[in-house]
Amino acid sequence: MGLENTLFESLPEVLTVKLDAVVNWGRKSSLWPATFGLACCAIEMMNTVSSRNDLSRFGAETFRASPRQADVMIVSGRVSRKMAPVLRRIYDQMPEPKWVISMGACATSGGVFDNYAIVQGVDKIVPVDIYVPGCPPRPEMLVHAITMLQEKIMKESTRDRRDTFEPESRRSIVPGTLPVTEGTALEKETEVEVAQNQVSRPYTVPARHERRRTS
Amino acid sequence: MADTTALHGFVESLRAENAGWVDEVIDALGGGPIVIQNEAIVDVCRVLKEAQGFDLLADICGADRGPEEDPRFVVNYHLFSTKHFHRLRLKVRVSEDDARIHTVSHVWRTADWHERETFDLFGVVFENHPDLRRILLPSDFDGHALRKDYPLRGYEPYSMN
Repeated sequence: MGLENTLFESLPEVLTVKLDAVVNWGRKSSLWPATFGLACCAIEMMNTVSSRNDLSRFGAETFRASPRQADVMIVSGRVSRKMAPVLRRIYDQMPEPKWVISMGACATSGGVFDNYAIVQGVDKIVPVDIYVPGCPPRPEMLVHAITMLQEKIMKESTRDRRDTFEPESRRSIVPGTLPVTEGTALEKETEVEVAQNQVSRPYTVPARHERRRTS
Repeated sequence: MADTTALHGFVESLRAENAGWVDEVIDALGGGPIVIQNEAIVDVCRVLKEAQGFDLLADICGADRGPEEDPRFVVNYHLFSTKHFHRLRLKVRVSEDDARIHTVSHVWRTADWHERETFDLFGVVFENHPDLRRILLPSDFDGHALRKDYPLRGYEPYSMN
């Protein structure tokens, strides 16, 4: 009450801020995780959101079960080869902007399981922003990961985010139409390189259905 | 000990039905495994369930003795009687060339998934099984993972491409 009055009286009525600052502040302060607890790290994730180490202090207010309503996917636990396509599908169903935290040793690098059944690191499936070591990591470490992700988000540029990397699509936006980027030069280049087996299709290249953005 | 006499009781009852069923009796810690002939396993299980009251099949697991051994695979059955509290183990030796054994899922329904696991990890085929497919490994997995000659780390690193 008193603080607001003194604060708002000392500020001008119209403020000019950088768009990046405002947008990133909004994004970082309301990171809603998608529940992807696979194994034992999920127990520590439950600890992090329970009252002793409260994750909703940092904006992770609700863990959405539906990936369509989530911002960040916390992969907590070992990912088996059978589960890997499911994880990729859930990641694909999350709308942009999205981030991934790989929690625990198994999600980061396969952990103690160096065998035929466990994927040696979830970054072979999805792009990861923050890796958290530990088996399992303490809840405070997961809180630190969320705060580190928030710092990373603040440094992002809203124009050059990875989902908007194709300059052609930005130029070809006509209001009221959806830009289709199939058949663009960049896609042709990538397909040629992939066919020659020189590069694996980089996971930062959005899939066909993801390249259309709302205009 | 009471355990051993119970075991001998079961062996005698099986031998009374058909002397060719029981191969040998390994007496280890009481409920020691009775080695059964491959073709006789369903009859043995039916007799044990109906006459001796072994109504719970606790586990079916396979074992690989190594590629040089013959017979290579062993299928273990763990039986438990909830009425008399007896435990019994059965063993069937399965050779690698003809890795087939008849299913006991018509005797105990729980054998369905245990036999699927044994098939998945060892490659032992269970005849007349209602639904014999992989249960633990991915369905397009190549090979049987718990055989002694399957490498621990597998053959290919995982990649989505």
